[in-house]
Amino acid sequence: MWFRRRKRRSLESADRFPSAPPDVPLLEVDSAQTSFVTDRGTVRAVDGVTFSLERGRTLGIVGESGCGKTVLSRSVMGLLPKHNVVRSGSVRFEGQEIGNWAPDQMRPLWGTQMAMVFQDPMTSLNPVMSIGNQITEPLLYHFDISSGYARELAVALLQSVGIPEPDRRLRQFPHELSGGMRQRVMIAIAIACGPKLLFADEPTTSLDVTVQAQILDLLQTQQRERYMAMILVTHDLGVVAGRTDDIAVMYAGRIVEKAPTRVLFSQPRMPYTEALLASIPKLGDAAHSRLATIPGRPPNLIHPPQGCKFSPRCAYVQDKCRVEEPPLRPGPEGKHEFACWFPVGTPEGRAAFESNKKAGVAAVEARLGGETVPVEGVS
Amino acid sequence: MAGSGTAHLRPRDETLLRLENIVVEFPTRGRGTVHAVSDVSLDIKRGETLGLVGESGCGKSTTGRAALQLPKPTSGHVWFDGTDLTTLRRSSLRRARPQLQMIFQDPISSLNPRRRVKDIVSEGLDIWSVGDKLDRAKKVRSLLDEVGIDADAAVDRHPHEFSGGQCQRISIARAIATEPKLIICDEPVSALDVSVQAQILNLLEQLKSRYGLTVIFIAHDLAVVKNVSDIVAVMYLGKLCEIGPPDQLFQSPVHPYTAALLSAIPVPDPESKPQQLGGVGGEVPSPLNPPSGCRFRTRCPRAAERCAEEEPKIREMRPGHYVACHFPLEVDDVGVTAPSSDGAGS
Repeated sequence: MWFRRRKRRSLESADRFPSAPPDVPLLEVDSAQTSFVTDRGTVRAVDGVTFSLERGRTLGIVGESGCGKTVLSRSVMGLLPKHNVVRSGSVRFEGQEIGNWAPDQMRPLWGTQMAMVFQDPMTSLNPVMSIGNQITEPLLYHFDISSGYARELAVALLQSVGIPEPDRRLRQFPHELSGGMRQRVMIAIAIACGPKLLFADEPTTSLDVTVQAQILDLLQTQQRERYMAMILVTHDLGVVAGRTDDIAVMYAGRIVEKAPTRVLFSQPRMPYTEALLASIPKLGDAAHSRLATIPGRPPNLIHPPQGCKFSPRCAYVQDKCRVEEPPLRPGPEGKHEFACWFPVGTPEGRAAFESNKKAGVAAVEARLGGETVPVEGVS
Repeated sequence: MAGSGTAHLRPRDETLLRLENIVVEFPTRGRGTVHAVSDVSLDIKRGETLGLVGESGCGKSTTGRAALQLPKPTSGHVWFDGTDLTTLRRSSLRRARPQLQMIFQDPISSLNPRRRVKDIVSEGLDIWSVGDKLDRAKKVRSLLDEVGIDADAAVDRHPHEFSGGQCQRISIARAIATEPKLIICDEPVSALDVSVQAQILNLLEQLKSRYGLTVIFIAHDLAVVKNVSDIVAVMYLGKLCEIGPPDQLFQSPVHPYTAALLSAIPVPDPESKPQQLGGVGGEVPSPLNPPSGCRFRTRCPRAAERCAEEEPKIREMRPGHYVACHFPLEVDDVGVTAPSSDGAGS
């Protein structure tokens, strides 16, 4: 093989990375910060994120473009650019701190412990390498097996991700496959070495709905069969609704709400989550029903607003919100965490909303699907 | 699905735009012909919004562009306001163009990055010398106000200084500048975030009622299409499958493909588990060599021998609700049982 092999080990001794005791979560991220140094200033893409993930669980990370969801998953994987990046905080995997590891230290982990399925299967597969070589590459790199055996494993992998005629596909190149098939190949590569944690970063955004449903089903069955933990990063609340145990909503580099999926959809506490849910057109609604909107747009991450970062667009905003940033803390229900001074559905929240309604705050109008077109300033 | 026919067309004098048997084919170098749109007929009344949905490569954008003669369809007729656009010479077509405007998918790349906002919005007005310079400048300002852009701050800026949602507002202002009768929106919100998407959809509805616009709304997101449309047409691989009023079509689809599309949409509600029933496997076949007979038959759970031999014709299943399928899904209220094998209309 033309690529460099690691010190080989047999398939059986694959699990060389020490497992932590079962009561320690698989992944713990604690006040992680990732900033990019640019000519215009420092972009705080991930600004103090804390969460943990148990083995075999699925977490959805949801947010609009620029909220830091992709940077967060890449920070955990250690896939950030070499230069102009400032990181702090801790990332513990199997109880071990990996947040400050160099790529050389991370390399044994990629594939065998954690792996990623990227958004665009066309650009993330190597166009000049056959499908077979791309799938066997991690197998031969990590394990002491013959290339013949690796090929057999590759056939089995392609079969398990639902690719017909795997023998023939192994000799083909990415351009000969459709988008859905390419994404299946990406998944096969990601799960080839049996990772414990799978990141799927917008895995279906470039696919059609019928194919999207197939790929999401495939990810779900693989995740269950292999007892992987999975982090599903997406902008589409519909994608995570039926397929994750918990959801974290991100806004301007922070997690603003985190809850078990059902709870988040039925009782959103953070006004941003509520507004996001309300602004999605739903098939159940009658035609021409007016949509609730969120005025303005996500904040500039070089000069974020003071206080709560959602305050300029919020229908519940009070003076306190513009000064003091609310921490992410659990509510009375325990597992439901949110960062808001005047949470939706609480007496304080209702009072804040009513007083804003009386004062004619634009965000309330928009939230109720008002008729006015708010005039936007230019930054 | 995926049939042809004109049973669903309404009388010509009631419609603003009427596409008759549109065929669009693109030659390739040595690989045959791409059958992008094959015998599609559609019509649209004044003030109506027609939603055109389907997966990528189904010919929905090509159909929309064929209406604007961009490019001219290979065969078929486009009747707009009583004239057949396909027979017009270049100069008369040019005179008709201000009536037909388009809004594109990618708001940032559809605006010329080297021009200022005021020049972009007033280009159509400049070309047709509407009023004098001062009038046009005034008009540009009022257009920008109308789409929710602060005119004072915006007129002298370039597109890169605006966000995606703002750029889409600017291209909407550009499209309505010449006071068109028909606007074709080709995936106008698919590049935008959800919170911004809702703003743009509400804006389009508002402008539509204010100017009495007729709109063709092309999108792959069924919920978005349902929200804006008065009538919805579902396309698959260059053919029309089903056409009908949005509430009915999404509530009880008749075509197996529409049902499959609906069941594949991820619903933002954890209580509704993804349905296995009605979903389809496989992927869209190549338009270079589409299947014989019904084009959906290779993925259709109800396909039979007849579907390979005979192309289904469009027929009425319920008032105003048409389908092109030999074995449509059950429709109780008109007494058709599933699978129905009557070939009414064919």
